[in-house]
Amino acid sequence: MSVIILLLIASISVAGLFLGAFIWSVKTGQYDDEESPSVRMLFDQHPNKK
Amino acid sequence: MSKNRSISSSTEVACYHCGETCRDTDIQAHDKHFCCEGCKMVYEILNEHGMCTYYDLNQSPGQSQKIIVRSDKFAFLEDVSIQQSLISFKDDHHTHISFYLPQMHCSSCLWLLEQLHKLKDGIVSCKVNFERKEADIVFDHRLMNLRQLAELLTGIGYEPYISYHDLGKKKPVTDRKKIFRLGVAGFCFANIMLMSFPEYLGIDDKEGQLLVFFRYLNLVLSLPVFFYSAGEFYTSAWNALKQKFLNIDAPIVLAIWVTFARSLYEVFTGTGSGYFDSMTGIVFFMLAGRVLQDRTHRQLNFDRDYTSYFPVAVKRIKDELSSTVTLPDIRLNDTLLIHHQELIPADGIITRGRALIDYSFVTGETLPVAKEMGEIVYAGGKQVGGNIEVLVIKEVAQSYLTRLWNKDVFKNEANNENSFVHGLSRWFTWVVFAVAIAAGAYWFWQDESRSWNAITAVLIIACPCALLLSNTFTNGNILRILSRNHFYLRHATVIEKLADIDTIVFDKTGTLTAGTEMEVVYDGKPITPQIRKKIATLAAQSTHPLSKGIAAWAGPALRDPFLAFEEFPGKGIEGMVDGDLIALGSALFITGKTQNDEASVVYLSVEGKLLGRFRFRNHYRQSVPMLLRQLQSRFHIAVVSGDNDGELPYLRKLLGQRSELYFNQQPEDKLEVLKSMQQEGKKVMMIGDGLNDSGALKQADVGVAITDNSNNFTPASDAIIEAGSLPQLYQLIRMCKFNRTIVMAAFVISILYNITGLYFAVQGTLSPMIAAILMPCSSISILLITFGLSNLASRRLQLV
Repeated sequence: MSVIILLLIASISVAGLFLGAFIWSVKTGQYDDEESPSVRMLFDQHPNKK
Repeated sequence: MSKNRSISSSTEVACYHCGETCRDTDIQAHDKHFCCEGCKMVYEILNEHGMCTYYDLNQSPGQSQKIIVRSDKFAFLEDVSIQQSLISFKDDHHTHISFYLPQMHCSSCLWLLEQLHKLKDGIVSCKVNFERKEADIVFDHRLMNLRQLAELLTGIGYEPYISYHDLGKKKPVTDRKKIFRLGVAGFCFANIMLMSFPEYLGIDDKEGQLLVFFRYLNLVLSLPVFFYSAGEFYTSAWNALKQKFLNIDAPIVLAIWVTFARSLYEVFTGTGSGYFDSMTGIVFFMLAGRVLQDRTHRQLNFDRDYTSYFPVAVKRIKDELSSTVTLPDIRLNDTLLIHHQELIPADGIITRGRALIDYSFVTGETLPVAKEMGEIVYAGGKQVGGNIEVLVIKEVAQSYLTRLWNKDVFKNEANNENSFVHGLSRWFTWVVFAVAIAAGAYWFWQDESRSWNAITAVLIIACPCALLLSNTFTNGNILRILSRNHFYLRHATVIEKLADIDTIVFDKTGTLTAGTEMEVVYDGKPITPQIRKKIATLAAQSTHPLSKGIAAWAGPALRDPFLAFEEFPGKGIEGMVDGDLIALGSALFITGKTQNDEASVVYLSVEGKLLGRFRFRNHYRQSVPMLLRQLQSRFHIAVVSGDNDGELPYLRKLLGQRSELYFNQQPEDKLEVLKSMQQEGKKVMMIGDGLNDSGALKQADVGVAITDNSNNFTPASDAIIEAGSLPQLYQLIRMCKFNRTIVMAAFVISILYNITGLYFAVQGTLSPMIAAILMPCSSISILLITFGLSNLASRRLQLV
């Protein structure tokens, strides 16, 4: 039975990772501008990285 | 991201840069035609740096450069205190600044701006936020200064817009709390659901240990939802209670607490598994509804006051020396130098130069007025023509126009909590309490042990969350439908206010009429094509709007005219064009006699002989007559205009005798007109476009700003409508009226679920399993009903 407990802990931690990834992506402003990234990646020359 | 361009016919040449038709085919570079020197210059700058990809990405991506920007326009950026209030960050080498570039519109713009470092060495990087039309630029201030940066941007056709509003402004921090709360609630809800399955399906008695483990795990997972995610409702309910108002969140908070407390009790005593799944689920769905409803239009701004329109700084002349001064530092008796196309920031007296002031911004008058030395000019007027000097007689904040913002309407924050939903939820809560107490009392006599069970179960089942859900999801979807039709609301509560409107007040200039465009009608002796060309040539020399109107009416000008002319401000223009003496101007100027005309008439004479006159009429938007006819039968209509009453007969004919027409209304008068209508008990919607309507827009129950392009500046309002959607105004209002019907329909359905739940609850036999089935079912059916009905309604109304 302990294997179920192990599996549960694993599944929750994976889900927790995704929650963390979601929070990180919102925090870093990845949804602030939904227009330009999709166009920007098509350009050959890339903007200067600071 | 593309821009509509009319397809040019074979005889016309489109400008390579901006796509406008070239009147003059002489402006060329590298076999490419340009409409003006400005466009050519931008091309040459880009070509020199090998950046013509700009033109490959989109056809004619530029903006017309015909209006030349004054060379020292950005001189004020050399002022250190101004710099400090504009830049966001500065270290030893680098300065970070964010510019608003309203010209940005396509992928070429994005590309060019992000390649800015190739144009000049000092620029380190440039990152564009397309939705906000902002560019975050980092530059090395040892190699260049802020003024050079602004001038560089202007040089390639992206003039930064810097207004008084930007002075010392704090960047708004986007509130992402709700999103985080939603994320956490979703995570916990999904996992608790998963953990609850053994319980639903009936776990073996032998594995009791495991069951206990699942229950405690659920308890732990529900903690973040209870303490963090649901905080949204706690604060909202508490804030309302502080103002002695019971909003819908209060009973919801009660239900959440009761559910949580009972669940804790069950788990700790080992009597059951609790309702953690239902509780987290409902919090998740309610938060989702809230987020959907509050999705704002990031590219729109509903809060502009006069500061967004005024410049940051102007030139002050002191002892023959001119220096830059920021607006708050302008004092009485300062002498200000106002250039062509500049806004007068404070009331003053003209001390030098001849002024031609365009007050369309302040009063709504279409035509500029001529002012001589010694006359008073008011803040908000725009100088057209040469430079003038103005002696300040009132400081910026005390000026005629800005005083409007000191009025009370601008000080009270609107209370957003007057939705019918709150009233309904209160009524609903009392019914639930009654049922809960009745059930509790019944079981108290019958079987005391089940009494608490029954009371809590009733409270859990019957929280008005269904009402909240149907309200937020309907609002969210209706907002989405409206914005698809280019009608953008500031907040969901505006929907209900729109539904209650019974009176519509229109501004005239810029609202019923299209911009400041005028229709030109010529009456008089026939004009030969040759003379017509000469008129065009002469009229093109003046910056006066009437003259521009005539130039547009007359068509193409002569290619290489032999021209000598003189302009008499406030009177007219006279000149020799290829041997013909042509004069355009007022009746007094041309005929020597004053005529009793309407305001906007220009007389024409050739070789001293009167030929005829041009009449100027407001150009009404095409859809206006039909729209007004449609609205007339259902609403009380009024027109409040700052312009003269020249259009009264036409509007009277259009609107009939019942409508109210007001002319020559100052901004404050407009506000008063609306106030008196409201005192008669009318619910008023105001539609206007300019700063002069600001007071009325604020006073109105719903203030709607109209714009030809949602990127343009609109004054503070509750909603923004694009001019193209004006014909659908009636349908859009009808859509808002449907809102309540849809919410009620969804609510009634959800009550059916509640009654089913109550049936178990009053018997004290509400098992977590039944709760867990009922909760998602009712939530999802509410979702389907609200989306389905609102989309159906929009299709019935033939909206997009």
